Amino acid sequence: MVSLAATFGRGAMTNHWRDIRHADLILVNGANPAEAHPVGFRWLMRAKLDRGAKIIHADPRFTRTSAVADTYVRIRTGTDVAYFGGLINHVLSNRLYHDDYVRWATNAGFVVKEGYAFQDGMFNGFDREQGVYNTKLWAYETDQDGHARIDPDHPRSVLNLMAAHYRRYDADTVSRITGIPREQFMQVAGLVGEMGRPDKVMTIVYAVGLTHHTTGVQLIRSGAILQLLLGNMGRPGGGMNAERGHANIQGNTDHAISWDILPGYLRIPAPGQKDIKAYLDESASIKQHPRAVNFFGENYRRYLVSLLKSWYGDAATKDNEFAFDYLPKPAANASWISIFDQALRGKMQGVMLSGMTATSIGPDSNQVLQALSNLKWLCVMDPFNTTSSEFWRAPGMDPAKVQTEVFMLPATHWIEKDGSFTNSGRWAQWKEQVLPPEGEARHDHWILAELFLRVRELYQTQGGRFPDPVLKLTMPYRNPRKPELDEIAQEINGRDLRTGKRLATFVDLNDDGTTAAGDWIYTGHYPEEGNLTKRRDGVQDPGRNDPSGMGFYPNWAWSWPANRRILYNRASADENGRPWDPERPGIAWAGGKWVGDVPDYPPTTGPGPDAPLPFIMTGEGVGRLFSNAVADGPFPEHYEPIESPIANPLHPQQSATPVAFMYDERAGRASRFGTPADYPYVATSYRLTEHEHYVTQNVEHLVQLQPEAFVEVPAGLAREKGIETGDLVRVSSRRGKLEVRAVVTKRLGPLQVDGRQVYQIGIPIHWGFVGINTGQHWLANALTPFVGDASARTPEYKAFLVDIEKI
Amino acid sequence: MEVSRRRFLSIGPVGVLGGSALGFDLTESINVKQRLRIEGATLAHSLCPYCAVGCSIIAYTRKAANGRTELLQIEGDPDSPVNEGTLCPKGATSLQLAVSRRRVPQPLYRAPGAAGWTKVSWEFMLDRLARNIKASRDATFVTQDAEGNVVNRCEGIAFAGGAAFSSEEGYLATKLMRGLGLVHLEQQARV
Repeated sequence: MVSLAATFGRGAMTNHWRDIRHADLILVNGANPAEAHPVGFRWLMRAKLDRGAKIIHADPRFTRTSAVADTYVRIRTGTDVAYFGGLINHVLSNRLYHDDYVRWATNAGFVVKEGYAFQDGMFNGFDREQGVYNTKLWAYETDQDGHARIDPDHPRSVLNLMAAHYRRYDADTVSRITGIPREQFMQVAGLVGEMGRPDKVMTIVYAVGLTHHTTGVQLIRSGAILQLLLGNMGRPGGGMNAERGHANIQGNTDHAISWDILPGYLRIPAPGQKDIKAYLDESASIKQHPRAVNFFGENYRRYLVSLLKSWYGDAATKDNEFAFDYLPKPAANASWISIFDQALRGKMQGVMLSGMTATSIGPDSNQVLQALSNLKWLCVMDPFNTTSSEFWRAPGMDPAKVQTEVFMLPATHWIEKDGSFTNSGRWAQWKEQVLPPEGEARHDHWILAELFLRVRELYQTQGGRFPDPVLKLTMPYRNPRKPELDEIAQEINGRDLRTGKRLATFVDLNDDGTTAAGDWIYTGHYPEEGNLTKRRDGVQDPGRNDPSGMGFYPNWAWSWPANRRILYNRASADENGRPWDPERPGIAWAGGKWVGDVPDYPPTTGPGPDAPLPFIMTGEGVGRLFSNAVADGPFPEHYEPIESPIANPLHPQQSATPVAFMYDERAGRASRFGTPADYPYVATSYRLTEHEHYVTQNVEHLVQLQPEAFVEVPAGLAREKGIETGDLVRVSSRRGKLEVRAVVTKRLGPLQVDGRQVYQIGIPIHWGFVGINTGQHWLANALTPFVGDASARTPEYKAFLVDIEKI
Repeated sequence: MEVSRRRFLSIGPVGVLGGSALGFDLTESINVKQRLRIEGATLAHSLCPYCAVGCSIIAYTRKAANGRTELLQIEGDPDSPVNEGTLCPKGATSLQLAVSRRRVPQPLYRAPGAAGWTKVSWEFMLDRLARNIKASRDATFVTQDAEGNVVNRCEGIAFAGGAAFSSEEGYLATKLMRGLGLVHLEQQARV
């Protein structure tokens, strides 16, 4: 989310599942869609079978995705910045990029402000005391209007700085870092290099194999930069396609169950922003090119004020800045690991978990168990017991010593309620209630509404700290204790408060308090004519339901924003509005209007050399090859994982990223990192097809299919250690251990990295101490490190050091 | 001859599969089985609860004699442009997630230091939790930080979850938790 927003302006899968069938070349990195997204994978296979697309799978482990790929590239986990960096270097140094696209639709020609530097693994502007970069220094040269200076030939143009930055990523260096043989890398580069032609298009498909690293944001940024250079953003068959791993992660990120945002990707206000103006000055993007639309930046205030009107109704007025003061302003990062860090520091009193089990998720599950023990109270809302509801009697815990009060509230399943899920491709699809709630189970939203109203009643009778927001929050539902999801969907959509009518588009939202909308990107999903996420005009009649023939199916459900199926689709056509590839059009200017997908552009504005630039969500109007919206560098750089078997070949003195957030060190707790001397093998974790994280430990058929925890051990290492398939082995990191069976396999071969042989061990994540199959007392995340990346604080689940021995 | 499932069902029990590779006609037996399983059933549209591909499913239910709604079958929805009727092993067995003897039947409470659960009422749980929330909010609420900025935040309560919530539930969770002043808010997007 962070990397795509930093590059293009929005943080979501740019295309959609069915669209992948239009690709000529598919790079799969940090993902195993054949096993983790099997039905989505059909669209990769359709590309391969129907149009001869090639699939290149780069992964530490040979999986069922590799089995049908045209090329399997064995890569050391966590080194995709170097892999993509080598591809970017190949494209730049051989001028294989899509020149017209790059000049028109990217910031390649923008001139970077003097002072930019990259030396010995460090960018300019590092504050050693705080351990952060001053990202404001990574800016453009501007004129008196604040517009960026543009001169592609300037020595500090983005294109020239980029070429210098990436020149170091030659094939030999890439091979030395990643373990990919040089010749194989050059073959891949050859295929990728053809994708800058207008009649070719490549897509990149990725998942948490890229995000779960201290360099996760930059791993994804690397792919996004490559796609911009090749002119593949905005095009059918192109894009950056993030495969989300849970049914409604996308929808609930859009609606901001996330510490750093408000619904619709508005930033959470920060301390010191005393009014809306101060908030906007630091949050909304600024127009940096005379032809930039800067759509988000220009409309930020409308969306914030409409949100505040939704939440605080009549209590939000012009005179009180629409109750801006009611919004909490966090002191510091408050994401997942921070919650448990705060508990370890004794500052967190209560945690509420809904369908999400902290103990299994970790990282460093043993430390998380300690954190949960420090709480005053823990509330678990779930249909089943979880490793968190049962944490106080986890193996090794003494219940008598755990003073945490635990509440287990039986919640309903997805099938016992209606409402919408938004899939990875941003399609919001409505589901019907199929079954009544089982037994005493209650809906999560009814539990939360009831709890909130009871807290409100306590404030009404007893008073307490700053009760105003609790007392004034709107609960405009027929039965506030049991809101209907249909009512909430209407609130999210928003209405004109003068007429009471629901709005059909976010263009009609105002900043003067006359409109309300809970989430502007969903405005239009529930207009006066009804709930569009219920639409079902699908493949039963392709002739009627897919008029463009491009698989958009515009009347199947609804996708945000504005029912647009491909983000940034203005860039699918050239400056004059002609599709780069007429065989695969996204939108086209024809007969005085845009046809095809819903244009990602002012709908009545035509093309041409004086027309607005294509990326309407950025202040520049273009996609960002160079971006200061990330915390760890305007260009991606390869850094080693925090635990790594080698020093960074590019700059051994700055091996890992200087801005990774080391929670234990910052809190004055003892280090929990291991060294290669004690833990010589690289480990990575992943899912199996038959399980979904931890909940499927309650599903009989799936437990029968994959009954028992195991680890995958490379054959060569197994020979060295005398391990055979079926043997019990102990895998240990500095933080914990697993004692499980070994599967000896050639799927994990040895790698030649920086002149030495490196083994990788594979660890499926699904088992714990709760489930049908009792006796499976092993948490994969007992091994993983308690560290987060600088921008998103995502844990490094996918690259850490272990030892292994036969028991 | 290629026959889609939709077409197969619409053709009805005429021997479209006559002369199959097995050497005998399965049509009638397949159709009889199909009829028995979902005969008289109510059809509802739902979605797979697992990964984010967003496969549409059709769920068949029937009212049993005792008045309970019985879930008979879950299958892929052939109309969906996403999954065109297909499901993976998880989606195909999602009936066993929906209907399970392993569900927690009633609220369970574990007192500090206790070695086991106590079965309690919803009223007990909601009352006690609401008091805990208020107490923790009051104890950890910061109206102004050290620099004198108005911050109005509750530092000592965290909410996490919602990857299998409906979007509308998620929106309400965000609204209510921000309403209480929470800053620690998270779901499964990052982890």
